Amino acid sequence: MDVKDIKIKSFPAEEFKDNDSLQEYINELNKNGTNVIVGKLDQMVNWGRANSLWPLAFATSCCGIEFMSAAAAHYDLARFGMEVTRNSPRQADVMVVAGTIVNKMTPLLRRVYDQMAEPKYVVAMGGCAISGGPFVNSYNVVNGADKILPVDIYIPGCPPRPESLFYGLLQLQRQVKAEGFFEKKHIVRDYIPETLIDPNTGDSIDPEIQGPEK
Amino acid sequence: MLLLNYSQPLELSGIIESVDTFLRTNMSPGWATFVEGVIVCVAILALYCIIALALIYIERKITAFFQARLGPNRLGPYGVIQSIADMVKILIKEIIHINRSDKFLFYAAPFFVIVSSFLAFGVIPFGIDLQAIDFNIGVFFYTAASSIGIIGVLLAGWSSNNKYSMLGAMRSGAQFVSYELSAGFALMTIVVLSGTMQFSELVEGQRYCWNLFNGHISSIIAFIIFMISGHAETNRGPFDLPEAESELTAGYHTEYSGLTFGFFYLAEYLNMFIYCSIATTVFLGGWMPIQIPGLDALNEVMWYIPSYVWFFGKTGLLIFLSLWVRWSFPRLRIDHLLNLEWKYLLPINLVNLLVMVVIVLTDTSLAGLFPSLLATN
Amino acid sequence: MKDIKEVILDAVSNAVIEEKQKLTVTVEPKQLHSLLEALYNNPELPFDYLISLIGMDWGDKLGVIYLLSSTKDLSKEIVVITATADRENPLLYSVTDLYGTAHLNEREIYALYGIRFINNPDMRRFLLRDDWNGFPFRKDYDENPDLNPITVVSQEIEDEIPRIIENEKGELVEETVHVFEDDDYIINIGPQHPSTHGVMHFRTALEGEIVKKVDVISGYIHRGIEKLCENMTYPQILHFTDRLDYMSANINRHALCMCVEKAAEIEIPERAEYIRVIMDELQRISSHLLAWSSQCNDLGATTAFIYGIREREHVLDIFDKTCGGRLIVNQNVVGGVMFDIYPDFQKDVKAFIPYMRKSLIQYDKFFTHNAIALGRMVNVGILPIEDAISYGVTGPAGRASGLSCDVRLHKPYSLYNKVEFKEVIRTKGDSYARYQNRLDEIEQSLHIIEQLIDNIPEGPIVAKVKPVLKLPEGQYFQSVEAGKGEFGVFIESHGDKNPYRVKFRSPSMAAVSVMPLICKGEKLSDLIGISGSMDFVIPDIDR
Repeated sequence: MDVKDIKIKSFPAEEFKDNDSLQEYINELNKNGTNVIVGKLDQMVNWGRANSLWPLAFATSCCGIEFMSAAAAHYDLARFGMEVTRNSPRQADVMVVAGTIVNKMTPLLRRVYDQMAEPKYVVAMGGCAISGGPFVNSYNVVNGADKILPVDIYIPGCPPRPESLFYGLLQLQRQVKAEGFFEKKHIVRDYIPETLIDPNTGDSIDPEIQGPEK
Repeated sequence: MLLLNYSQPLELSGIIESVDTFLRTNMSPGWATFVEGVIVCVAILALYCIIALALIYIERKITAFFQARLGPNRLGPYGVIQSIADMVKILIKEIIHINRSDKFLFYAAPFFVIVSSFLAFGVIPFGIDLQAIDFNIGVFFYTAASSIGIIGVLLAGWSSNNKYSMLGAMRSGAQFVSYELSAGFALMTIVVLSGTMQFSELVEGQRYCWNLFNGHISSIIAFIIFMISGHAETNRGPFDLPEAESELTAGYHTEYSGLTFGFFYLAEYLNMFIYCSIATTVFLGGWMPIQIPGLDALNEVMWYIPSYVWFFGKTGLLIFLSLWVRWSFPRLRIDHLLNLEWKYLLPINLVNLLVMVVIVLTDTSLAGLFPSLLATN
Repeated sequence: MKDIKEVILDAVSNAVIEEKQKLTVTVEPKQLHSLLEALYNNPELPFDYLISLIGMDWGDKLGVIYLLSSTKDLSKEIVVITATADRENPLLYSVTDLYGTAHLNEREIYALYGIRFINNPDMRRFLLRDDWNGFPFRKDYDENPDLNPITVVSQEIEDEIPRIIENEKGELVEETVHVFEDDDYIINIGPQHPSTHGVMHFRTALEGEIVKKVDVISGYIHRGIEKLCENMTYPQILHFTDRLDYMSANINRHALCMCVEKAAEIEIPERAEYIRVIMDELQRISSHLLAWSSQCNDLGATTAFIYGIREREHVLDIFDKTCGGRLIVNQNVVGGVMFDIYPDFQKDVKAFIPYMRKSLIQYDKFFTHNAIALGRMVNVGILPIEDAISYGVTGPAGRASGLSCDVRLHKPYSLYNKVEFKEVIRTKGDSYARYQNRLDEIEQSLHIIEQLIDNIPEGPIVAKVKPVLKLPEGQYFQSVEAGKGEFGVFIESHGDKNPYRVKFRSPSMAAVSVMPLICKGEKLSDLIGISGSMDFVIPDIDR
């Protein structure tokens, strides 16, 4: 499978600035070959999944306002079928982490993520969610949402414009289309943050989350 | 019959009849009935899904229109297959098992909701001969069947072990019980007027004069009250308190994911369709084309448009109205909502029912006043 | 001011009075309460408005700076300073009984400096976790991340309130009380909730649908901006103000710039002043528009929300063309503005004014007179003027209670003494008054822009500023009227290129601190509606 095989309507692959990382991802996914029949089925399912990414806006600060702008009249997230913002994490597909994550918020962020139903994705929107942004030196700021969650797409900006958000979400659509639902092709699913590992014993801590029963 | 076929080339009665004849000539009567039952079930299920998907798409497009947006436009022409993508997604989504919840009730709840709307859906007359079963107590059956849904909502809220769900379900319970009264009385007003509970007779009785006009002001009041309470029963804005997004995140279905949530989602849209179609059948003449006494040529032309198009057209109009209301008004507060019902709608409704009885007894309905013009028999 | 000095000396004979940028009084901790009481009860000019409460660490001493003003004459201000040398167990007296706004501010100072306040009814930490090690704003704070590791393990919220009360005999008693009763039905509204305007957390006890008690928990976006400022030069800290109340980004930055400029005695070119004020007013319009939209959204009118944002985009387009920023406008710098206006600026703004007026009429038709909306707003969440003063609620919310508190009028800065505008005051104090105030203030802002837009003088846009800016030693205050109310900047400089202490007075904090008061007895739905009408921005509270 090649990046060029993944079609996004009226947005050819060449126009995406970053094709390489997606290609790497695809290569890693397809290391063990593909089952033709299941692959076809996956393509159909992926079409549905990619075009129906219902977001959950985990908006903590400025980026949340830009997310709202993106959903409103001028930019209209609905064009991509993403306007169904679900406020209940159970029903959302992609969590948009928009804003700074601080120490007090981390358990809640992780909890909301754990409450989401598979398959789920995380988009880190804005400098703060990527790395801590302008507050990187603060005593209370987590340096990036990826310290506690597996992040799929990073959208830089402070705050990113709605156009950037769209670009990032389209990249996410491409990633979804590259994956295999039935073939269980998805990387970084079993992400356990360092903070969930007990430093003394090395065991993972059960944070008593009401999540899926393993 | 021949004449009917000739004048209504697009009606489905012919096909239905030939299938019936085919089955009955080739099978024993028992088997034929059984096979027919299965076919009807499958057809209704399919129709149920198609209407739900279409409604979701239409709602999103109309919402976008009201909000100066574009709405889904990337899948297929004008985004028409957007809701199919959503359906595929929902089908494969994980169903989360909630710890410390009442498992049995938790999974039973969506079925109550969907079964209730499915039952109510079954009695809707979509067109000539396009009705699964034509009860002589159709209106009553509709009222009874659609009330089962609230049990599902209450169960969902109670079994989720979530405070938001609980509040949502309690609000829903109070709201539903109150407005079911109004809806029932409004329907009863028309039953008094037309003297029947059977949908086919209701439609036939409105050949020349819709019930909306037949009972003068009294019918119109009943219609408005029915639309308001239909809105409230289906939890649509401005009565969407049970799932008030800005207050209770997602209300009673907060904890549901995947297909279980999909059931609630589908049922919500279908319930809107169902109450609009009941309003169409009861007040706006159902599938009956517009007929003006005396103008036979026009009437003939009207019959060329198949009955189901009339039905869906009228229902669509009501759905549009309902969406218009939904996207224009802010949400009511629970006490305002109950005040509206118990202090205004219910007394008005009771008086209205009396007025209707007087109208019928004194024979002063439109059809009674101008029997030569408007009466159907 | 002479009689004020007499009042002070009458109350506390050994108070040290100095004339600095503002009249500054230094007293011993024990005398503080009696001094503030005397000022509060001063019949001619009661100092009943506590603008800001600033925790300080002077190395040898831990203290608090009180910035007081009077609602009778907002231009009169007094600074009261008190400090204790006890760093192990610093105790000061609370002024919560005089000023409601002191409550949350004292809790914040406890979290950041470890100063506990005697007689404050609730001495939990405000912004930080309950189990935080150390007091981050102290100069000797150990920033080792291992002391306060990031964890994803859910934390129980403590229901116990520790506090120190002075009994009749004058003894200090430490005690704990409970926030809620055992059988209260508590729901958590927030921190991740669709309509708390961010990450505010209201623990709400309900009786049916009626709100019995609200417990405000904040700090889910506490980024320690004030601490970060202490290690940066003045031009470097400018961008933080944009990220406090991001809806009034430009106005906040204006305040900080003015504060630095006044201290460093930098003259601003007139053209820059014009650009600043026009941009400020545009920003105010955008802020009020978003407030309007989200209030409507909280009441369930999604369409109104979208309409508000649609009009707001027009303002953002003008920002975008001026400086490239949409939400965060990196326009003001020390000494002027960063970018000149673009050639079509005037044309765009003039086109926007009639468009906005038309939209305002549309809003009125669509929402303001809607029966359901009236039912949800009229007589809901009434904030009496006494409470507005006590809690320091300013901005449109304060003016809806009848409090005349427009900084542009009472302490005119920049060009505001040259333009003519009306202060919108309503006396009812309910959600509807606040709602109407915002829409009317949009009209006033349009009026101000109209007066300025054609008169922008030619000339430079930025004054010459030394590359390394050092402020002379002293304490500097500057207030502006931001979208949500009075936004203040306090800088204490010790003559370095870094500030010694920066503190921002947040209008949203006052709005939140009054929430438990005005929500009590209202319905749960109204709690959401009231928070929409108070219009607070959480990053502004948490800083």
